[in-house]
Amino acid sequence: MDTKRLIIVAVGGQGNLLASKVIGEAALLSGVPVRMSEIHGMAQRGGVVESAIVFGDAKSTIISDGEADLLVGFEPAEALRALNKCNAATTVITNLSPLSPFTVAIGKGVYPRLSRIQELIRAKTEKLIAFDATALAREAGNVMAVNMVLLGAMTRTGILPLAADKVKEAIRTRTKKAFVEVNLKAFEMGFEAAEKGE
Amino acid sequence: MHKLLTDQPGQQMLLLGNEAITRGAVEAGVAFASTYPGTPSSEISLNLFQISRETDLYFEYSTNEKVALEVAAAAAVSGVRSMCMMKHVGVNVAADVLMTLAYIGVKGGLVILTADDPYMFSSQNEQDNRYYAKLSGLPMLEPSSVEEARSMMPYAFDLSEKLGEPVLFRTTTRVNHSTAAVTLGEMRPRQPRGDFVKDPFNFVCVPAVSRKLHVRLLENMEKAEKIAGTSEYNFTEGAGNQGIICNGVSYNYVSDAVTELGIADNTKILRIGFSHPLPQALIKDFLGGCEKVLVVEEGEPYMEEAVKAFAQEAGLTLPIRGKSADLFSRLYEFDPATVKKNIAAFFDVPYTPPVIPDLSDLPEIPQRPPTLCAGCSHRATFYAVKKAAEGMDVMHPSDIGCYTLGFLPPLSMADFVVCMGASAGTSGGFSKVTDKKVISFIGDSTFFHSGISGLINAVFNNHKFTLVILDNGTTAMTGHQPNPGVDMTKLNMDGFGRISIEAVVRAIGVRHVSVIRPYKVQKSIAAIKEALDYDGVSVVISQEPCSLYAKSLKELKPRAFYVTDRCKNHRTCLDELGCPAFYLKDDRVCIDPDLCIGCTVCVQICPENAIRPVKKTEG
Ligand code: SF4
Ligand code: SF4
Repeated sequence: MDTKRLIIVAVGGQGNLLASKVIGEAALLSGVPVRMSEIHGMAQRGGVVESAIVFGDAKSTIISDGEADLLVGFEPAEALRALNKCNAATTVITNLSPLSPFTVAIGKGVYPRLSRIQELIRAKTEKLIAFDATALAREAGNVMAVNMVLLGAMTRTGILPLAADKVKEAIRTRTKKAFVEVNLKAFEMGFEAAEKGE
Repeated sequence: MHKLLTDQPGQQMLLLGNEAITRGAVEAGVAFASTYPGTPSSEISLNLFQISRETDLYFEYSTNEKVALEVAAAAAVSGVRSMCMMKHVGVNVAADVLMTLAYIGVKGGLVILTADDPYMFSSQNEQDNRYYAKLSGLPMLEPSSVEEARSMMPYAFDLSEKLGEPVLFRTTTRVNHSTAAVTLGEMRPRQPRGDFVKDPFNFVCVPAVSRKLHVRLLENMEKAEKIAGTSEYNFTEGAGNQGIICNGVSYNYVSDAVTELGIADNTKILRIGFSHPLPQALIKDFLGGCEKVLVVEEGEPYMEEAVKAFAQEAGLTLPIRGKSADLFSRLYEFDPATVKKNIAAFFDVPYTPPVIPDLSDLPEIPQRPPTLCAGCSHRATFYAVKKAAEGMDVMHPSDIGCYTLGFLPPLSMADFVVCMGASAGTSGGFSKVTDKKVISFIGDSTFFHSGISGLINAVFNNHKFTLVILDNGTTAMTGHQPNPGVDMTKLNMDGFGRISIEAVVRAIGVRHVSVIRPYKVQKSIAAIKEALDYDGVSVVISQEPCSLYAKSLKELKPRAFYVTDRCKNHRTCLDELGCPAFYLKDDRVCIDPDLCIGCTVCVQICPENAIRPVKKTEG
């Protein structure tokens, strides 16, 4: 089968590792070969967490520059920073709710304008889907469900070899019982937002 | 039940590399395990720790890697299947035991896992521990994938018993921290009890014994090489007259590249998974059928040098390349595109690399370095030390732990960091040869690990510095593992001892010892000032639980503070403390109530008294 490559970038604590786990489980349920790799060394201390997920028969677990089919940024500046993973045919999904790095507060950097971030990504890639996933998560009932919102959006693109019902099944079995309903709702909202955000 | 105890051979499970390794060890019937935590190996320990609570598997967090290997060695010579895991630099600490244990050998299988970290995602260097296999003469196995990591574990234990030698199991971050579907294997029963049969002429390494044991080690290496020659983990794939020799994760990139470049019909791959001793005959045979060979290995040219030597012995003159300016680097980790590009270049096949968009017009994106958590007690201690030493010409040797992050501004509290436990030792040296005031830092776990000996040295040799021991009640950096100073009853676990750092420090002979609570800012500054005045070695023990840990134990109920309009915007809090809960809004300092834990340090240092608790609204 065709190899598909997904990169997720997030700030420590945004739940991208759980999102990756759900994706992996959904792939397992669908009989799609999957390999993932993550760097989460000091994530709890405010750093960036990156997951690479490779679907198909490839043996590598990491994704080189320019090789991503889909890039998902849980945070807009991080989506921009990861553009080196993309090529002209890549689809990018980004959350539009910024988390300002601490360096900005101590005057060691300026957070780029959101409109500029979107403009740049749009100009350099095939397609950008951008919306405020954090707001949707809050609406779904839990700000922490931003990962599920974005999972919905990724699934909607159809780029990943995963059907929505398998992803939902994985959400049901792999996320905490108390949050399953909220997570599923968040997933649906992300799915719809991706349709509109195109 | 722990998921890794699932007794359903054939079932597929999505596992992290470190879980797959744990599972493989459990399937092999490992009954004794010891470690000192270190990324990227930590999850193996965590899982074995959890499993040990449910089974008769013995697990311990040892004071350091040397001790961990010592306890495991004792279990293994008593016939118990044992495992000892650490990160690559941990093997440096354990090396003293390792080198002679290789002579002594084992009875029950002993697997020593070294988790190497190319690119240094969370390490101070990227040493290639294959050389430890060469140095010690021990067999080494290297899985390429998560799936293989599981299956190789039982093989490693069997091999260890067959040879009567410990086996080194080398992984890299991309095996430890990758995830894939793993098929579970059969579980072998654990035998947690052993017996030690006295045999001093094989176990007591006095020179006369060791001279004999060294002979045996060399014989063992010959045996090991024969096994490597037929091991299922050294295999050839494909056919043709262009050859690639690779190991570890490089094999994945090579295999993908060969497929994607369409050169599978004239390229054969020799994948080395049993990498010490290298299977000489197998490699010579492989070389004989090739016109040119590329060696693809991350890190050092360990295989390349050997392969070239083998070719020379066999009278083969084919081109063999690997590390060089135009091919592979000795730096950092590999990635699929680089491997593809170099294979294409070496074998002269067309390859168009993916086109990365032109990113030259991107605005500067602010960096997001990891930083001490909001309310971290280390930050409070650093602040107090800085205030106490104001006006002095100070330098700060520091050590390995969360507090190393204190090197970042605005704190800038680390000037020299080399390895675990070295801050006390280096402080002694700095204090002897420079005129600077030396104030150094060490964590509680690190103090027990190997800091104690540096402090003993300082007292004996009459050095002059102040050592601040940052006692946050856990090993925070690697994810909150226990250490000898930790109160295990807080984790609802009994049967553990507890060592008082203060009593140890006093017993060593340090005359000036003070204990501070760093959230009490003024008192702390006063106590540190006194310590700095002392003429000799003084120790300040700064006690306050890691806030992340305290939160997870539900010992800390965060309460938020906010900046009132009494704030005159001189930003003492931001510029001198720099808690990550602060942010700027319309050029004014604000506090993120979701991050603030209410340590009150900023409250105490604000000259305008402008920071107040958020009133709880009934809701
Ligand atoms: S984990 Fe604990 S010790 Fe480490 S930075 Fe956070 S609060 Fe500080
Ligand atoms: S009280 Fe101040 S220093 Fe402490 S966590 Fe809150 S904002 Fe940070």
